[in-house]
Amino acid sequence: MYHWDFGAVWAYRSLLFQGLLYTLLYTVVCVGLGLLIGLVTGLGRLAKSVLIRAPLRAYVELFRCTPVLVQLIWFYYALPILTGIDMSAATAAVLALSLYGGAFYSEIVRAGVISIDAGQTEAGMAIGMTRAQVMRRVILPQAFKRMVPPLMSQSIMQLKNTSLLSVLAVPDLLYQGQSAAHDSYRPLEIYTIVAICYFVVLLPATIISKRLETRLAKQDNA
Amino acid sequence: MRDRDETNMAEPMITLTRLRKQFNAQVVLKDISLTVEKGKVVAIIGPSGSGKSTLLRCINLLTIPDGGHLQVGSHSFDFDAHKRALPPDRQLAKFRANTGMVFQHFNLFPHMTVLQNVMEGMLTVLKRPHAEAAEQARELLARVGLADRAQAYPNNLSGGQKQRVAIARALALQPEVMLFDEATSALDPELVGEVLSVIRTLAEAGMTMVLVTHEIAFAREVADEVVFMRDGVVVESGPAAQLIDRPAQAATQAFLARFNAGAATS
Repeated sequence: MYHWDFGAVWAYRSLLFQGLLYTLLYTVVCVGLGLLIGLVTGLGRLAKSVLIRAPLRAYVELFRCTPVLVQLIWFYYALPILTGIDMSAATAAVLALSLYGGAFYSEIVRAGVISIDAGQTEAGMAIGMTRAQVMRRVILPQAFKRMVPPLMSQSIMQLKNTSLLSVLAVPDLLYQGQSAAHDSYRPLEIYTIVAICYFVVLLPATIISKRLETRLAKQDNA
Repeated sequence: MRDRDETNMAEPMITLTRLRKQFNAQVVLKDISLTVEKGKVVAIIGPSGSGKSTLLRCINLLTIPDGGHLQVGSHSFDFDAHKRALPPDRQLAKFRANTGMVFQHFNLFPHMTVLQNVMEGMLTVLKRPHAEAAEQARELLARVGLADRAQAYPNNLSGGQKQRVAIARALALQPEVMLFDEATSALDPELVGEVLSVIRTLAEAGMTMVLVTHEIAFAREVADEVVFMRDGVVVESGPAAQLIDRPAQAATQAFLARFNAGAATS
């Protein structure tokens, strides 16, 4: 039986805490940028012009059908050579994760908008609203309620995906955990703590997401 | 409100000239020409699939015709099947604000209260100040008998109440024309009367209206003119009582036979 010794890894607490902060920071940035990309892409894919729809579709499929780990590595190693623009690990990481998240977010946005009855658009247009006004005042407020639960679970995935940043030596929770493990020769304790850290952050997030979902469902019937 | 006797009866409010619409290979409207004079009520009747709803939706350009000419009030449009360019969105929106439309399935905005539904057009389209819009919305709700439901959400209303809110929402834009697309078809029979009575009041106040309806008795009572459509053409049109009581065309007679038989036995 393995003899657990968490006392031996106490010294690494601030290192791990720093890593956790990086993880949270990257999550916030990548979720924020991803949502922005997702909103623009999702709405753009509903445009009339195929010149707008086709490239956006290509982008979404490209990012949905390749592993995010491959994307991260490609953005860091291949993109700078192709473009001649030097990119820090942090930039490559944010770019890849935001675009990856954006592809999935856009599908949620698109599905949410499509799910609203066409009669709503017609009613808005019939009282003289422009298409943009109908979208902003009538469709999006209703669609947003339906989008919230899947957007939340996609954002939770985004947080978990930040653990992949460690391969680019971004000092996130997992990367700092790896350093601590190598340094302390206590990988079981360290990786257990790392796992617990992710769990402690994400469990409340899933509970809040669930509560929000129930509350929005109740509002719908109000 | 205009008084019906004072309106200039000869002034056309809606003119359709050789209006055509097809969906892919299926021709839904074949060169329809129709004039509705200011202050008049025209009812369009006909079997399902006759194109009457499509015709109505062409009047406020929710459906864009493939050919012909449309004039409503001071706005007019020419359509050409070969020229695919649509009028710009802003121009269409401005045009639609002048034509109120009431739908079979109400299409109220479920995330807004009754009051907000009625205010929406005034705020977003007419850019009225909030207080003024709220006041006018309350007046409109009072007119359709729903002053006490201003704070309710559409899901808590009966079908008849929903449709009356929808009418108030359309009236809020102060349109010159009101279009009703089978406004009572989705209602329970006992709720039809309250909606028809609002429409009747509008007719009495001199609103120019086009009703697509299955309520033949109501059309006969309220409409000045009835148009019978079948297979995308106007088969027959004329003064309401005359067309319904003594239709000239065989197709109209056949369509009305069931209704007239029902009326005779009752």
